[in-house]
Amino acid sequence: MLLPFFEWCETLWLGQFVVGSNWLFPVIESVHLLALALLGGAVFVVDFRMLGLGLKDRGVAELANDVRPWMLAGLCVMVLTGVPLFLSEPIKCYYSTAFWVKMTTLPIALVFTLTLRARMAQAAPVRGTARRQQLVGALSIALWFTVAAAGRWIGFS
Amino acid sequence: MSLLAFCEWLAATEGSIALHESMYMYPIVESTHVLALMLFVGFATLLDLRLLGLTLKRVPVSQVAERLLPWTIAGFVVMVVTGVLLFYAIPIRTYQSIFFRAKVIFLILAGLNVWLFHSRIFTRIAEWDHDIITPRAARRAGLASLVLWGAIIVAGRMIAYNWFDCDIQPQPAFVNWAAGCVVPTVTP
Repeated sequence: MLLPFFEWCETLWLGQFVVGSNWLFPVIESVHLLALALLGGAVFVVDFRMLGLGLKDRGVAELANDVRPWMLAGLCVMVLTGVPLFLSEPIKCYYSTAFWVKMTTLPIALVFTLTLRARMAQAAPVRGTARRQQLVGALSIALWFTVAAAGRWIGFS
Repeated sequence: MSLLAFCEWLAATEGSIALHESMYMYPIVESTHVLALMLFVGFATLLDLRLLGLTLKRVPVSQVAERLLPWTIAGFVVMVVTGVLLFYAIPIRTYQSIFFRAKVIFLILAGLNVWLFHSRIFTRIAEWDHDIITPRAARRAGLASLVLWGAIIVAGRMIAYNWFDCDIQPQPAFVNWAAGCVVPTVTP
C-alpha cells in the first residue's frame, strides 16, 4: 500500500543527488553519527539523573533545561541528515524490517521525549515523583537505544 | 612476526572466521559499538561543552567530570571490547585501511589529550571549578577533545567503505604507502 509512496520518494531530486555521489552518503552518515553522540549525551544525562545516577547533586529540571538546546540541535541534525539518507534508498528501506522498527519507535521516542519526559523533568520533587521519574528515565534510554540500534541495522540488510 | 603476518594469522583463527561469517553476531557487536558511542562520546561531549562554557554553566566542572566519569569509562570499555571484536572479525582489511590507521592516530592523540587534561589542567580545578569560562588550557583541551572524537567517529564510519582498499588497484602511491599495501611491482 505504501510502496507507491516509497517509489515516488526514489524519484526525488535530493535522493538522486546522494546516489549520484560516491562520497555524499558516507559523509551524511558520519554527520548523522556525530549528532547521535551529541543527542546521546544530552538525553542520557537527564535520564541517568532521573534514575538517581550521574549528576545527582543537581535537580532534574536544571539539567534538562541546561542541555535542552543541545538535545534539540542533535535531533534537528539527525532528522536533516536522516531524510537524505532515506531518500537515497527508499525501496531498500521499504523492505527492511529494521527501518520499520525505527519508524515505529522514533515517533514514539520523539513524542515521549518532548511531552511526557519534558513534563516529568519539571515535576516538583514530591513524594511519588521519584519513582515515576525513574520509570520515565529507564523508558527513555530503552527507546532511544532501540531507535539507534534499529537505525544501524538498516545498513545490514 | 610483522603486524601484517599477525593479522593474517588472526584472520585464519576459528573465532575470527565465525564472527566474520555470523548472521547476527557481527551486527550485534557493531550495534553495541554504536550504542556505547551514544553514552561514551555523549558524556565526553558534555564535559567538553562545559569546559567551553556552552552548557551546564552553573554546575562545577569537577562535578560534571567526576559524576559522569564512571559512566564514561563504562562506555569506553564497551567501545574498546566491541571495537577489538570488530577488528578481530576483519583483521587484514582493517589493518590495511587508511581510515582505521587514521582512527588509531586520532585515538592516540585523544588519549594524550585526556592525559594532559588530567595531569596538568584538572589538578588545579579548585581555582576555576565554578567559572563559566574556564582557563584557556582547559578550553583548548575541551575543543581538542570535541574535534578528535568527531574525527574518530568519522574515520571509524569510513572504514566500511572500500575506495582505498589494497585489492583495488591502481591506487595513488600515497594511499598504498599509508595503507601498507603490498603491491606487486609490474615489470614492463
